[in-house]
Amino acid sequence: MTASTLVSGPHIHSRFNVSRTMMAVMMCLSPATAFGLLHFGWPAVFLFLVTIAAALVFEVLCLALAGKPILRFVTDGSAVLTGWIVALTLPPWAPWWVGVTGAGIAIVLAKHVFGGLGQNLFNPAMVARAMLLVALPVQMTTWVTPIIGGPVGTDFRQALAITFGGETGIDAVSSASTLSHVKSQLDAGQPMQAILADMGSLHDQFFGFVPGSLGEISAFLLLLGGIGLILLRVITVVIPLSVLGSVAVLSGAAWLIAPDQFPPPQFHLVSGSLMFCAFFIATDYVTSPVTGLGKMIYGIGIGALIFVIRSWGAFPEGVAFAVLLMNACTPLIDDYVRPRIFGRTRAGKPIELRDMP
Amino acid sequence: MSIFPFAGRFDPARLFSFKGGVHPETRKFLTSDCAIEDMPLPSLIRVPLQQHIGLEAAPLVERGDAVLKGQLIGKACGPVSANIHAPTSGRVIAVGHFTAPHPSGLPVLTITIRPDGRDEWGPRLPRLRPEDASPEEIAAHIAEAGIVGMGGATFPAAVKLNLRAKYDLDTLVINAAECEPYLTCDDRLMRERAEEIADGAGIMAKALGVRDIIVAIEANKPEALAALERHKRALGHALKIRVVPTQYPMGSERHLVKTLTGRETPARALTAELGVVVHNAATAHAVHLACRYGEPSISRVLTVSGRGVARPANLRVLIGTPVAEILAHCGGLVEEPERLLMGGPMMGQPIQSPRVPIVKGTNGVLALSAAETREKDVMPCIRCGLCVQVCPMGLTPFELNTRVEAGDLDGAARVGLLDCINCGCCSFTCPSNRPLVQTIQHAKGRLAERDSRKHQQDQARRLAEARTARLEAIAEAKRAAMAKRKAEMAAKKQREAEAEALVAEAVEATSRKEATK
Repeated sequence: MTASTLVSGPHIHSRFNVSRTMMAVMMCLSPATAFGLLHFGWPAVFLFLVTIAAALVFEVLCLALAGKPILRFVTDGSAVLTGWIVALTLPPWAPWWVGVTGAGIAIVLAKHVFGGLGQNLFNPAMVARAMLLVALPVQMTTWVTPIIGGPVGTDFRQALAITFGGETGIDAVSSASTLSHVKSQLDAGQPMQAILADMGSLHDQFFGFVPGSLGEISAFLLLLGGIGLILLRVITVVIPLSVLGSVAVLSGAAWLIAPDQFPPPQFHLVSGSLMFCAFFIATDYVTSPVTGLGKMIYGIGIGALIFVIRSWGAFPEGVAFAVLLMNACTPLIDDYVRPRIFGRTRAGKPIELRDMP
Repeated sequence: MSIFPFAGRFDPARLFSFKGGVHPETRKFLTSDCAIEDMPLPSLIRVPLQQHIGLEAAPLVERGDAVLKGQLIGKACGPVSANIHAPTSGRVIAVGHFTAPHPSGLPVLTITIRPDGRDEWGPRLPRLRPEDASPEEIAAHIAEAGIVGMGGATFPAAVKLNLRAKYDLDTLVINAAECEPYLTCDDRLMRERAEEIADGAGIMAKALGVRDIIVAIEANKPEALAALERHKRALGHALKIRVVPTQYPMGSERHLVKTLTGRETPARALTAELGVVVHNAATAHAVHLACRYGEPSISRVLTVSGRGVARPANLRVLIGTPVAEILAHCGGLVEEPERLLMGGPMMGQPIQSPRVPIVKGTNGVLALSAAETREKDVMPCIRCGLCVQVCPMGLTPFELNTRVEAGDLDGAARVGLLDCINCGCCSFTCPSNRPLVQTIQHAKGRLAERDSRKHQQDQARRLAEARTARLEAIAEAKRAAMAKRKAEMAAKKQREAEAEALVAEAVEATSRKEATK
C-alpha cells in the first residue's frame, strides 16, 4: 500500500523481453543448426559446443571486469546467441582454438569493449568472422564434404582428434565451397556455363548437400527459420527482403548482360551465407537502423556490397565485410531517416491546414 | 496463446486508424458485467479546490459552516477554472491543505465535510430548457455546474464549448473509446444510460452550434454500441455511431480525430482547427444531469478493479470520497498490491496515500498485483526499435532516452521531446523494460524549469536595468536642476552686482554733480 515511489505510467508491460527475443532467434536457428551438425558429424558438434562455452566464459569475465550483475546479463541469452552464430559461420571441421578465438573476438573486442549489450557499433559475429578470415585464411577456407551423401564419416575418437588433437587428416575430404570454386574456375578462364554445368544441381545447394560453413549450407532451412522469425514478429520483413531483393536484381542484371562472366541470380541466392545473413545477421537489432525506410536503405546497401565483393573482390564471399560496412553507416542512417512526427511535416514544422486534402 | 502476444494478430480496420499504438490485454472482463451501483455515503468527504486544469477555485465556506448538497463551496477564478459544489449535506470541519490526488502528493487547498447522513439537497441549479436556450446560456449553465472533462483531462467543459467563438466548428465527437485497459465505467454508463448520454451530446452540440455528432466506440464494446443504436435520437440531431479499432491510445483526442476524419491535427494546436471538438461520454452524461435536473458535478462513475481488489465493481461515488473507503466498500484488498493507481494502468498515477479523495477526473481505482504489472529488471537498450514502431506520435523514444541520459536536453527537444503525449506505448512494449516515459517526463520538467528560470532571470535583469535607468534619470534630473539653480544663482548675483554698480554709479554721478555745483 505504500506506493511512495514516484513512478510514471505505464504500470503494465508486454510479454516481450530480451531473453525471450534471444530464445526465439535460437529456436528459429535450430533447424539449420541441427542439419549442419548432423551433416558434418562429431567434429562439428564439438566445435559448436566449444564456441558457445567460450562465448559464455568470455561474457562472464567481461561482466566481472565491468562490475555488472553477472547472473542477470548472462541469462539474457545474448552471449549464447553470439557464440552460436559465430560457430555457424565457421568451417565445420576447424580446430577448437578457431572457435575459441572467434568467440573471444566477438564477445570481448566487438561487444564489451564498446560497452556491452546494446552498445556495440558492429555485429560481433561478423567482426569475428572478418578477423578470422583475414588472420587464418587456411583454416577458414578448409571445407569438408557433408557426410550424408558424402564419401567419408568419422567415428567419435577420430572426431576428437580432428577438433582437439590438431589432426589434419582431412586431405581426402577437403573440397572447395561453391563460391570459391566458381571464383577460381573463372580466374582460370573457364566460361560460366561450363563451370555451372560441372557443379551439380541447384537443388543440392538449396537443400544444403554441398560443402560450406557449419550452419549456412541449407538455404531452405534458413529460409524456414527466417519466416518463423517474421511470423513471431521478432524481425520485420524489410531487411531480409531488401538484402535478397537487391542481390537478385543486381546479379540478374549482370547475368543478362554477360552470362559467361556472372552466375545467375538463383545461384547467388542459394549459395554462401546470403540466406543466413539476410535473416539472422543483417537483422541484428543493435547494429541495424530502427525505422522502416532506414532498414530498407541498410538492406539494399548490404545486398549491393555482397554482389560487388562476390563479383569483383578478392574474397569469394563478402557477407561479413558488407554487413560491417553498412553497420558503420547505421548511426548516419538513423540520424537522417526519422519517422514523421504526428501533426508535423517531415521538416518538423507544424502541418499547415491548407496543405491538407 | 503464442509466446508473443502480437503474433498473428491483424485487424484490417487498423489500416485506416493511426500509425503505432499497442494492444495491451484489456482485462475489462473483470468489471464489464458489473452494473453501476451507488456507493453509500462515506464517513468523510474531502473536496480539493483544484480538480481541474487552470486556476484553483476560491473557497466560499469556513470551518463550522453547514452545507447542503449541491451548494457552491468553491468559486471559479479566472477564465480557465471550475466551480466546486458540496457533494452531500453536512458540516465543514476543515478548510486547509491536504495531500492531493497527484503523484507528487503535495498538498492543495481542500474542504473537508463531515456528512450528516441526510443527504439533503440545497437549491438546485435553475432548470434550463436546452430547446429554447441560446448557446451562450447553455455554456454558462455548464460552467455554473462546474463540469470538467471526465475522461481524465479535467479541462473545464464550458471553456471548450466556447471555442465556437474562435473556430469554425462542424462536428462534435463523443469519445467513448475507453482505450485504457481495466476501465469499464464509460462502457457501463453507455449500456445503462445511453439515452441520457445522447441527450447530453445533443445539448453540447447545440452549445457548440455544430451539425454532426459522432460517437466513437471501440470495437470491443458491442453492448454499449447496441444500446446507443437504440437511443441515437438526440436533441435536434441523429447521432452517427462509429466503431473504431481496439487500439491504445485510441482515446487520445488527436488520434481519435485522425481515425474518424483521416486528418491530422497540426502540432501544438487544438482539434478545433479541423472544426472538431471532442468530449467524453461521461462529460455528456454530466451535462445531461446539469441541464435536465439542475444537478452540478458532484458525483461520477468509476471502475474499481485489479487482481488486488476482492470485489471489482463499477461505482457511482461522490467527488471527495477517500480511496480507502472505496476499497473497503469493494471488500478490501486481497493482497498487497504492487501498484495502487488512480486512473488506467497506462497513464494512471500511483496513489500516495489511501486517504486521498477521488476527484472529477478519476475514472478508476486499480490495485494491480505483481503478476499484472510484469515489472522486471531494467536492461540496457538493444535498439530493437519497437518503441519507434509503436509510438503514435512518430517519435524515437529510445533516442530521446539516450539524449536525456546524456544530459542533452536541447538535442532531445530538437528531435521531438515536447511532442510526447505520455501515452506509455514505448515503455509498455520495451523488451528491456526501460522507463522511457518517466525519463521523457523528467526531461520535460527539467526543460520547463530551465525555461522558467531563464524567464525569471530575464525578468530580473530587465527590472534591474530599468531601475538603473530610472535612478540615472533621477540623478540626471537632479544634476540638471542643480545646474539650473546654479545658473540662476549666478545670474541673480550678476544682476545684483550690476544693479549695485548702477546704484554706485548713480550715487557717484550725483555726488559729482553736487561737487560741481
